[in-house]
Amino acid sequence: MAKILEKRPLTPVTKLYKVDAPLIAKAAKPGQFVIVRIREGGERIPLTIADYDRNAGTLTIVVQEVGTTTMQFGELEVGEEILDLVGPLGMPLEIPVEGHIVGVGGGFGAAALLCLMRELRARGDTTTIINGAREKDLLILNEELTEICDNLELCTDDGSAGFHGFVTERLAQMIDGDAPGCPDMVVAIGPMPMMRAVAETTAAAKIPTLVSLDPLMIDGTGMCGGCRVTVNNEVKFACVDGPFFDAHLVDFEEAVRRNKMYVKQEHEAKDRSHCLKLAVGQD
Amino acid sequence: MPVKRVEKTPMPERDAVLRSHDFEEVNEGYGIAHAKFEAERCLRCQDPICIDGCPVRVPIPDFVHKIAAGDMRGAAEVLRSSNPLPAVCGRVCPQEVQCEEQCSIGIRFKPVAIGYLERFVADWEMQQAPVEITNKLDRAEKVAIIGSGPAGLVCAGELARLGYPVTIFEALHAPGGVLRYGIPEFRLPKDVLDWEIDQLRKLGVEIRCNVIIGKTIAMDELMGEMGFSAVFIGTGAGLPTFMGIPGENLNGVYSANEFLTRVNLMRANDFPNADTPVMVGKRVAVIGAGNTAMDTVRTALRVGAEQGLVVYRRSDKEMTARVEEHQHAIEEGVEFHWLTNPIEVLGDEDGWVTGLKCIRMQLGEPDASGRARPIPIKGSEFVMPVDNVVLSIGNRPNPLLLQTTKGLESNKWGCLVVRDQSSETSRDHVFAGGDAVTGAATVILAAGAGKDAASEIHADLRA
Ligand SMILES: Cc1cc2nc3c(=O)[nH]c(=O)nc-3n(C[C@H](O)[C@H](O)[C@H](O)COP(=O)(O)OP(=O)(O)OC[C@H]3O[C@@H](n4cnc5c(N)ncnc54)[C@H](O)[C@@H]3O)c2cc1C
Ligand code: SF4
Ligand code: FES
Repeated sequence: MAKILEKRPLTPVTKLYKVDAPLIAKAAKPGQFVIVRIREGGERIPLTIADYDRNAGTLTIVVQEVGTTTMQFGELEVGEEILDLVGPLGMPLEIPVEGHIVGVGGGFGAAALLCLMRELRARGDTTTIINGAREKDLLILNEELTEICDNLELCTDDGSAGFHGFVTERLAQMIDGDAPGCPDMVVAIGPMPMMRAVAETTAAAKIPTLVSLDPLMIDGTGMCGGCRVTVNNEVKFACVDGPFFDAHLVDFEEAVRRNKMYVKQEHEAKDRSHCLKLAVGQD
Repeated sequence: MPVKRVEKTPMPERDAVLRSHDFEEVNEGYGIAHAKFEAERCLRCQDPICIDGCPVRVPIPDFVHKIAAGDMRGAAEVLRSSNPLPAVCGRVCPQEVQCEEQCSIGIRFKPVAIGYLERFVADWEMQQAPVEITNKLDRAEKVAIIGSGPAGLVCAGELARLGYPVTIFEALHAPGGVLRYGIPEFRLPKDVLDWEIDQLRKLGVEIRCNVIIGKTIAMDELMGEMGFSAVFIGTGAGLPTFMGIPGENLNGVYSANEFLTRVNLMRANDFPNADTPVMVGKRVAVIGAGNTAMDTVRTALRVGAEQGLVVYRRSDKEMTARVEEHQHAIEEGVEFHWLTNPIEVLGDEDGWVTGLKCIRMQLGEPDASGRARPIPIKGSEFVMPVDNVVLSIGNRPNPLLLQTTKGLESNKWGCLVVRDQSSETSRDHVFAGGDAVTGAATVILAAGAGKDAASEIHADLRA
């Protein structure tokens, strides 16, 4: 059980939580994740560790409401407990290259860049974050991100804030020499189509790129193999070998397809929890 | 000598058609009359060799005679003194290659139903008023147990009885290891497991779920700042093996671990009341023929498959599943495809499984395992139309702990190395047992290893 200490809405569908988890906070490194289960009969879902505070013993996670569990999560309030929280899982991110490191965050993905980019900057790298979303109100954590990196670049699809266009278009400009300059390494976290597009953008320029894959998971310890992904024609378990992989070697098509395995059931479950809510509202 | 009956007293079982649609236990268990009747069959041999067949040397005739005499409490005490998990082992031990294989009466007739009797006594015990537990955890040295499978549970129980404060650390959100996530309810009701775990809690054992040693807490921290004097590693063999054939990552292909975990641990059979789904089509092919394969194919029927198929490259003689599970699977309508080796999983344009391409095999000379080596028959390829494929071809030890812990020696299969016949690892005060050492084996071997390790830990801490 882990108590929720702070809850802050970032967008209508994205919420930031600070939870009491001293053991995990102590062990966590950038790039790792946790698995949560929030009710008896609930699913186990992976969530990226956005940040941690070893002294305070707290963990920051950002949850975007996309399915049954994340929606139920959104209803948890300060003072309530998360039934099960386990981690830190996965391999810590290692950035072998020094120099100009660009983190690309799409949607809630930007949250995961918090602790990562802070560490890189502390190590002496020049850090740029490209934070992208559909529109201004969906851009998250701008203030926090400004503090921890050298350059924060905003992108919106509709031009309501920052660069008008996709994160990949802005990235391409930088690769072509636009300030703050061509990256030595790129780390992308966000929806699969965005990460795939980033991989394509950096491939031609041969800029080493890592993406954070988020396949379906159950245990997160290498026990089920449900999280398998193909990287460089080899099968890997994202929960223990990942979540970060060389973007230019990932079989995105397979990863996207495998993530759609339960779409039908997910809709069923979502409809049902919606119905339950309505039913409760009626009496 | 009185004439002995030829057949075992049959186990009351639920109807095959009815049971194959739910998760209630298949075997209903002996009543007192059955049990006494069956116990009477024992020949009371001078030299009871059945004991040699049991990995933990349960004094079988002693408890069987007590049943015959109607002394169930006495039988329970005998059993518990040698096997800390009798209700589990009575249900899942492969008796036909252990105790019952040795049974003298079995040479001419059917052996005494030792497993059924063991289960009877354990179930009887569970139904009695709980015995007052009086042990005190008054020793100074704390012991940490990693993993809550049978090895860890038994080791913890034995140490608590010796007075050590014990903490079990378990990676998952519920304790039990394979007994929780692998073996299905229709074979081992979770009530039985919960009862066993309750006994440990009553002994004062602390169980901390959601803690992964090597991730949440390092081994060095356990033995350093957390102050544990000794550690037992019972992390099992939970890493699923894949075949490496084309199409294995298509949608609808599972490892047996994933399939069973979705149902047993996550309750996918109760979807959408529970949130975890499992995807089963009409025809489910399970590859392999061990207990896990039988559990998987029978679970598939229970979550909606119309036809379950078992595909195995050797013949039924080389199958490793318990005879009873094979028999139950046949009764429930499972189709067995022996001497058939999958070579490719076929899928449609959207990436969903549509079939399993196989090749027929014939048996050749025995291989290193002593079993006949299966050889492909050229040109015999054919396609089996199926909607799901579940791989049940074995598990290896999980490398998580080894990856993050220095000084632990392992072999090329990833199994922890222990000294001679002991449970001592290459690190001082660190012991190991169960599947983590042997590779995937049996519940009773894991339980026995946990028990032996407990006495070694006791000796180590008193030295
Ligand atoms: C489906 C199935 C059916 C089976 N049927 C039978 C049968 O009928 N009869 C029989 O005798 N045997 C059977 N077996 C085999 C038997 O279940 C195993 O041999 C036995 O459970 C091994 O026990 P164990 O304690 O060594 O490990 P496990 O039961 O595997 O338990 C290990 C536990 O350790 C935890 N763990 C692992 N790493 C860590 C870590 N770093 N930190 C914290 N926790 C950790 C795991 O989550 C797990 O809960 C079956 C196995 C399966 C999979
Ligand atoms: S523990 Fe297993 S092998 Fe030993 S007597 Fe009981 S059923 Fe037979
Ligand atoms: S989530 Fe089960 S192996 Fe990765």
